[in-house]
Amino acid sequence: MVPIRLWRLPKQDFSELMGYFRAVYRADERSPRSLHLTAEAIAMNPGNYTVWHFRRLILEALNVDLHDELNFLDNIAESNTKNYQIWHHRRWVAQKLGTDAANKELEFTRKIISLDSKNYHAWSHRQWVLQALGGWEDELDYCHELLKEDVFNNSAWNQRYFVITRSPLLGGLKSMRESEVNYTVEAILAHPENESSWRYLRGLYAGDTQSWIIAPQVSSVCLKVLGSRINFVFALSTLLDLLSHGFPSTQAFRDAVDALRVPDDNQTDSNLAKTACLILERVDPIRVNYWLWQKSKLPQ
Amino acid sequence: MEAPVLEKLTETQQNQRMVEYEVARIYDFFLRAPRSAQEFMLELQRENHIEYLTNGLNHLGPSFRVLDANRPWICYWILHSIALLGDSVDAELEARAIDFLNRCQDSSGGYGGGPGQLPHLATTYAAVNSLVTLGSHEALSSINRHKLYTFLLQMKHPSGGFRMHDQGEIDVRACYTAISVASILNILDDELVQNVGNYIQSCQTFEGGIAGEPGSEAHGGYTFCGLATLILINEVHRLDLRSLLDWVVFRQAGLECGFQGRTNKLVDGCYSFWQGGVCSLLKRLSLDIDEQSVQPDAREGSSFDNLSTGADTSRKVNYNDVGYEFIEKHPSSQPLFNSLALQQYILLCAQVPEGGLRDKPGKPKDYYHTCYCLSGLSLCQYSSSNEDSPPLPQAVAGPYSNLLEPVHPLYNVVFERAIEALDFFRGK
Ligand SMILES: [Zn+2]
Repeated sequence: MVPIRLWRLPKQDFSELMGYFRAVYRADERSPRSLHLTAEAIAMNPGNYTVWHFRRLILEALNVDLHDELNFLDNIAESNTKNYQIWHHRRWVAQKLGTDAANKELEFTRKIISLDSKNYHAWSHRQWVLQALGGWEDELDYCHELLKEDVFNNSAWNQRYFVITRSPLLGGLKSMRESEVNYTVEAILAHPENESSWRYLRGLYAGDTQSWIIAPQVSSVCLKVLGSRINFVFALSTLLDLLSHGFPSTQAFRDAVDALRVPDDNQTDSNLAKTACLILERVDPIRVNYWLWQKSKLPQ
Repeated sequence: MEAPVLEKLTETQQNQRMVEYEVARIYDFFLRAPRSAQEFMLELQRENHIEYLTNGLNHLGPSFRVLDANRPWICYWILHSIALLGDSVDAELEARAIDFLNRCQDSSGGYGGGPGQLPHLATTYAAVNSLVTLGSHEALSSINRHKLYTFLLQMKHPSGGFRMHDQGEIDVRACYTAISVASILNILDDELVQNVGNYIQSCQTFEGGIAGEPGSEAHGGYTFCGLATLILINEVHRLDLRSLLDWVVFRQAGLECGFQGRTNKLVDGCYSFWQGGVCSLLKRLSLDIDEQSVQPDAREGSSFDNLSTGADTSRKVNYNDVGYEFIEKHPSSQPLFNSLALQQYILLCAQVPEGGLRDKPGKPKDYYHTCYCLSGLSLCQYSSSNEDSPPLPQAVAGPYSNLLEPVHPLYNVVFERAIEALDFFRGK
């Protein structure tokens, strides 16, 4: 045992506390007082991964009830939601507790997400819980709930993609595609300026460009948004993507794109993709180099 | 200018409008200012930044509680920023930094967040980059490469990823910090590279960017780490480069001109490097992008069958030459992002004229943001030229005296220092 008194430490300063910690750490003393000491050190600096690491060794050695450990984490989590160590520790504890912990972990991440809807760690943890411990039943509804509240929440769209591609209850991307396309098209028509929904739509055809270019819902949502003549950047860039994969340009698309030209666009072209690039250079000037680059890659 | 009406907007829209309003106010003020004031506003306040940074090194004392497990990072952020500004620390400070980092070096290899702490991949990267930035024989030879290699192997996980530390988390950052360090120190080999490509490939999302772990959301920091890693191990063809490019160029915000880290998130100065870095790496890969465009479906379907076979063994590469060879790829002339607009965001919105740089107006400055805003600014300035020749005046926003040292885009250390270190560890 390391000869130091720990139980009734007065408000010691940081370096003193860390001095004690180093002493028990070096002596590899896996005792209740060491456990207590790690809690104190974590309260002072939750980013110290060495302390967390040692705490795990002690928890294992002392065979502590890990439900208590989750409560300990709850108490420090809310003010440290962007700390890698706390989330990593949480994963370790939940893994040891097994499926018993699934509900609590889903509830806990739901709480963090309600305070910070794009918290990267909380979402990663939630995905890990679903995959390792289960609890998929309500996840698609949860995504819908979040998107209903804020359809621009890209983390919720990402989670939705995670669910439809990985949930063992849903049958995978292909079987979900039709209903998801309908859902997404509705979201796009409500907010054509929302990049998240456009990227999600493209994602529904990942690895299947043949279906992408022949899907009537895809070309029709593009055409509708182009026809509205506002917030059409994503529709136009989607059209470019379709064309680059062999989508045949139709008169309806030529007319819709022509209508977006302004008198200044004197450099028009019979090539639809080229005209689309020219319009994008004008309406999306922050990406002018990208549109020029795209134009330079078009078949001559 | 009227404050935005925020009712009936979603949370994302409200936050976005607030930032747009704040940034537009700054740009508006700038545009209305007389020419002399404009020139001043666009000036990089070198002296003040150097003072802020040097103070930080001097005060690397006990007050840094939260970052107590992060001190090599503070060293790197500060030393790299000072080097970007064309300055260096005095001999005494240099000796102190080398000594301190040496005390963070674990007896069995790698660097911890402070003396006596477990070795950790991220702090190992920070320590090695700090020492490369210092650049002296003493600094470079203080690194125990043999033991460091052992540490890297211990952190390797069968999935292809790396753990941050003993029993630590596995993610794309860990891959990058391990591979970057191994590359610069000339200890990268097949064993370290094994399956890394599989892991990174599994982290590219449907959006096009790369996530921290499979399933998570595409994110600027992880995207830089993932792309740079694949370049360093010569497996960049694992990615869908076109969708990556499309994703990253859309991260530059039209009104604010800075980069955001994820879709529909707010701009932040530090992504000037992470996303700007992705753009400048992609620019050098234009031939690889073309190749994928000719056969867009080549990756589809087949990519998953190839997952278990790992690297394409027909192309035997010397990993340790990538650091030299990649920067010799001559990029097409124009950057793929809007370099002048980004410089404007960094100088007018992220710069604190009294010294230091920040995430966005209203946020406090810190060393992390100072480092990555300056690194991003340097990338912008050299984005139409090469690191070994001075850029044209029109590529540099503000006075030409704003020009920083160029960085090596794979390691993010000053270019010359990177080349010297590559030479040093190859016995050249
Ligand atoms: Zn930031």
